Amino acid sequence: MRLFGHRLTVPAAIGMAIVAINIIAAVGAPILAPFPEADVVGDAWADADPTYWLGLDNLGRDIFSRLLFGARMSIGLSLVITCLSFTIGIVTGFAAAIAKGWVDIVLSRTVDLLLAMPTLIFAFVVLSVLGTDIPVLIVTLAILDSVKVFRLARALAMGISAMDYVEVAKVRGEGLWWIITREILPNAMQPLIAEFGLRFTFAFLFVAALSFLGLGIQPPAADWGSMVRDYREVILLDVPAPFYPAGAIAVMTIGVNFVVDWLLNIHATSNGRRA
Amino acid sequence: MSRVTGEIILEVANLRVEAGKSVLVDDVGFTLRRGEVLGLIGESGAGKSTIGLAAMGYTRGACAITGGRIVYDGRDLRAMDAAGRRRLRGTHIAYIAQSAAASFNPAHTIMDQVCEIPLRESGLSKDEIRARAIGLFRELDLPEPETFGDRYPHQVSGGQLQRAMAAMAMCARPDIVVFDEPTTALDVTTQVEVLASFRRLIREHGTSAIYITHDLAVVAQIADEIMVLRHGRMIEHGPAEQILQNPQQDYTRRLVADRAEGHLDRPDLTETPLLELRHVMASYSGLFHVTNDVSLTLNRGDTLAVVGESGSGKSTLARVIMGLLPRESGEVRFDGATLSPALRSRTRDQLRRVQMIYQSPDVALNPNQTLHEIIGRPVQLYFNRSRNEVRARVLDLLRMMDLPEAFIDRKPAALSGGQKQRVGIARALAAEPDLIICDEVTSALDQLVGEEILRLLKRLQDELGIAYLFITHDLGTVRRIANKVAVMLKGQMVAGGETSVVFAPPLHPYTELLLSSVPEMRADWLDEVLLRAQGKHG
Repeated sequence: MRLFGHRLTVPAAIGMAIVAINIIAAVGAPILAPFPEADVVGDAWADADPTYWLGLDNLGRDIFSRLLFGARMSIGLSLVITCLSFTIGIVTGFAAAIAKGWVDIVLSRTVDLLLAMPTLIFAFVVLSVLGTDIPVLIVTLAILDSVKVFRLARALAMGISAMDYVEVAKVRGEGLWWIITREILPNAMQPLIAEFGLRFTFAFLFVAALSFLGLGIQPPAADWGSMVRDYREVILLDVPAPFYPAGAIAVMTIGVNFVVDWLLNIHATSNGRRA
Repeated sequence: MSRVTGEIILEVANLRVEAGKSVLVDDVGFTLRRGEVLGLIGESGAGKSTIGLAAMGYTRGACAITGGRIVYDGRDLRAMDAAGRRRLRGTHIAYIAQSAAASFNPAHTIMDQVCEIPLRESGLSKDEIRARAIGLFRELDLPEPETFGDRYPHQVSGGQLQRAMAAMAMCARPDIVVFDEPTTALDVTTQVEVLASFRRLIREHGTSAIYITHDLAVVAQIADEIMVLRHGRMIEHGPAEQILQNPQQDYTRRLVADRAEGHLDRPDLTETPLLELRHVMASYSGLFHVTNDVSLTLNRGDTLAVVGESGSGKSTLARVIMGLLPRESGEVRFDGATLSPALRSRTRDQLRRVQMIYQSPDVALNPNQTLHEIIGRPVQLYFNRSRNEVRARVLDLLRMMDLPEAFIDRKPAALSGGQKQRVGIARALAAEPDLIICDEVTSALDQLVGEEILRLLKRLQDELGIAYLFITHDLGTVRRIANKVAVMLKGQMVAGGETSVVFAPPLHPYTELLLSSVPEMRADWLDEVLLRAQGKHG
């Protein structure tokens, strides 16, 4: 099988299937889920049966429905965070590479500063001070993530802006916007897309970790990380509930990684040099 | 006929090398006698390096030897196992690559790397091998041969490193050495010295050699036999004198004839100065003065060549004129008006009237844009034309470049090197400039393709009256197309004026050195140069 003119490997196909199922779950949650995410529909920790496919949780909510809504929250949130962090990272990274001089120094040193601090702890501090609203969560994580994008974008733009065609554009009298969007960005797309997949999984795991620690998504909204936290006490009581959200996180992460590996591979071979 | 009558050491017959579905080398065969030098010549993609490597039983990456015989000293390399072939390489058949800088490990001294193979294979003691290496350094005219090996690769010059690589190849006393374009990356003046040491070395040791190059004049100095290749097939094969003086095939005749050709017609010129440089100085970050007090004048519709070796500051001069490197002092006047030092403070019209064509078309064209975008952008930016007008103008320019109109929606990757360079010219012309700066425009191209580009540029000058500033190290090009020339050495202009005057006696010593270093297409040229040099020093 081929996709975009490239041979689809078995892991890539599996990865794409996982991603597709998750996206369908996330988008279609309100239609697909048998119950609303926050409704108590029976006894706590009821066993699985034909009505409640994966049983009920600590408050008597349907676990399967919460998984679907959780996918919506976890995936949607990670996607928004990653998009925002890429926008910030690419704009600042390209600006640093092209402007050089003090702009580069200020941006690069700020980024070094952010990189020097443990991300999770830094996020903890910010979220404890500013509260755990979803917009605050998104902006905080996006900024923390964008420093890594900045490094890549800056390195790519440095390499590309040394090319003669960028010099041609400068000498022609093109503005900065043209040079960034027409000369540099199209030539940096491939590695950036591969990086996007990778950063998405990190954002995803990070949101899950924060939720598990109680600083991410707040109840009653469902999300996989907070579901693991809510169900963790019963892990000793022979109830399989914690494994469902934890498994969903693991499977989703592996699936996205398969797809990313495939993208990186294409990039490495089509270019012959960079991997 | 041949200088050499020794036994046959290497025999290659019906060689065929394939990479996937494409055939890189087809039905090539030759024999190499002890002490004989075979020159392999052809344009890039002709299969020269592939044959050179195949002679060692080796192929690159996805390639494979799919047919023929390679018999070294009675043993068929193809019938041997991989370990057997590996034992032959380095000790019996050695290889010298084009870039010595990329072939030496920067973390070890030169001596360690030169002695590595003989230490492992020959069973001699370390001191014996060191003595042998020092002997080779001496034979290769390397400075302070006793201690030269203690240096690291970055501590010696490019030409010295290239010679050190020859010492590395010869240290195990191989029967055959494969030289793969070993002087191509060097300046002309260095090339002469390196070529002379190579030749003396292989003659004294009676080593056989396969010498790969694209420059017929270089191979003429060293080879007993020459094989001309094209598209992986043999075009012509014979003794060197016969190939040079009496080529049988049309392709070879064109290769031989090319250098000999005279000056292209010059147009009637007006004496209106277009570009004037007065006492221009520039430096990188205030430290290195890369151009120092340069003054020159280029008339409207005329051609001025700036020549010099790499590092002489000739490309920097172009950057100063373009405004990419702001000058520190001096004046650049264009059509009567002073050009401001920095690019940003120049008007759009000033930018339009000076265009540039680059050395390497691969990095001068954005790989993600179609030719329509690449060539159309200046038209749109400078003349603010409508979409249809832009497209019509691009088609016009493609026709002018002898490129098919169907190329308009292609991207550069689908074009050959020569075609890409034509696109670069079309882009410059799209701005309707008065002056085009040509920075080594033919040096990345094969000889005959470069020749076509020069003719095209000449034709455009006749039709459009554009002035050219040619930056080049190729004096052949200068003589043929430039009316005026400026010779640069270490950022200084050492000679300048009419080409016919600058290149005629009395010569500036550096001009003389440059001129005498350009290989000529006859076998005794190198001997003459060496003799002359000897006469001067002794």
